Amino acid sequence: MTAERTIRDRTAIVGVGATPYYKRGRSSPQTLDEMVGKAILAALDDAGLKPADVDGFAYFAGGFDTPMLTEMLGIPEIRFTATLTGTGGGSAGAVGLAAAAIVSGQADVVVVVGGNQMDALRFGAITASYPATPENAFFGATGLVGPGHMFALLARRHMALYGTTRDHFAEVALAIRENAVTNPRAVMHGRPLTREDYFAAPMIADPHCLYDFCLETDGAIAVIVTTAERARDLRQKPVSVLACAHGGARDWGRSIYWMNMPDAVFASSGHGIVAQRLYEQAGIGPQDVDGAQIYDHFSSQVILQLEDYGFCPRGEGGPFVGSGAIRRDGALPINTDGGQLSCGYVWGMTHVREAVEQLRGTAINQLPDPEVMLVTGGPSVLPVSGLLLRKS
Amino acid sequence: MDDRIAKAPPSGMALTANAWTAPFWDAAARHELLFPRCAECGRFRMPPTPFCPHCQAQGLDWVEPAGEAFLYSYTVVERAVIPGIEDSLPYVPAIVEFPAADGVRLITNIVGSPLGAIAVGTPVTLHWHDLPEGGALPVFSV
Repeated sequence: MTAERTIRDRTAIVGVGATPYYKRGRSSPQTLDEMVGKAILAALDDAGLKPADVDGFAYFAGGFDTPMLTEMLGIPEIRFTATLTGTGGGSAGAVGLAAAAIVSGQADVVVVVGGNQMDALRFGAITASYPATPENAFFGATGLVGPGHMFALLARRHMALYGTTRDHFAEVALAIRENAVTNPRAVMHGRPLTREDYFAAPMIADPHCLYDFCLETDGAIAVIVTTAERARDLRQKPVSVLACAHGGARDWGRSIYWMNMPDAVFASSGHGIVAQRLYEQAGIGPQDVDGAQIYDHFSSQVILQLEDYGFCPRGEGGPFVGSGAIRRDGALPINTDGGQLSCGYVWGMTHVREAVEQLRGTAINQLPDPEVMLVTGGPSVLPVSGLLLRKS
Repeated sequence: MDDRIAKAPPSGMALTANAWTAPFWDAAARHELLFPRCAECGRFRMPPTPFCPHCQAQGLDWVEPAGEAFLYSYTVVERAVIPGIEDSLPYVPAIVEFPAADGVRLITNIVGSPLGAIAVGTPVTLHWHDLPEGGALPVFSV
């Protein structure tokens, strides 16, 4: 029976907790562990659960120190602790890792947590901080210092192949900023962005200007995942984990560190094959998605993901956003909290938080009664990930 | 047209090699561009790795790619993300494709060309950028 081999609707997100989103460096003197602890405790409180109820951790992007967290928070026993490989591409997928642990009976209450504190290390230059290796010799010596440089190469290729323009990138930045302006949690709350501002901004790595880059933020966000049955008895209206997929094709692989992806895949987000599996698992298609939280480390990559998730044909992502589709009153409202471009960058976890709040009906920029929300993690090296959540 | 000239990339990154990648960098130091080609199925791959992704064989021939190379994509870096590279601005990280060598691509730089002349699809010419710490990088002009 295939039904036995799916996580569809068998788990739910029952709690969400977060620290404020701080501009880079402004979270001190808090430590990163402390912020992670605050997010977890807030998420448990939101759910009506206690640290003693937690028995699992599911992470991504290197994860956190589980023994330290159990010691610090007084969690008596851990039965599952695991991390997806890779980087921010696993943010949406970590919820699926938690669901896998729960559906397979290994744990009952699993914490998914992400956080970052950029005191010493700016993510914008993260690649330059990696030690020299035989692998990075093939790109590091060219002065590709950060992901913004590398994704600019994909964006440029997309422009050359399909006629995508900087106007399209601007529309992504402006649409998402508009959502941040009305969100008091957002770093860019109350700070509108105009087209004139966008085109007057310094060019950092052509075609990416300042406003095509996400924010650098300190903060932590945790969500609590448990069985669908237990979720019904908890404090909040549960948000069902409809489907979750992570991975990617060999043709994507190390992507920005490889740059030998076949032409059809190069100017994409690497999500295509994952998106297909996600929809199959959920038994729905892109037309059933009411809103999306798209991993927006760079505005250009939002357009490529919209294509990979089937909201428009390949190459038409530019005109699609140009039509106003991603605005709050458009066909597919995205990044309704202001995204990583204008609200806060917490390794993709802001997107999970916002999707949950939209489906609970408690979001700050609430959409009219959404049923299904998409969350993406990545583009980055494999794995990239997608998550479909639905109102219970 | 933007007639600013693309500069060489900032130096400082050590070129670390292993048994599989050393032949590439050893040849580069002699100003020779050699790509690894599977000794069994004859397909090129870049960068060099211990197995052919098509037939999983390990043997390699090191071969000079035939034919023209073309600019596949590029970015113009105009701001210093890390301090100390201001004098290198603007520089142009680029991807160059070799259609006659199974379309393998090199992550490289466009150097010495006016920014306004750089465009995707343009044929490129190989040059060598000697590093102060020894070794050389293949770079290209349009």
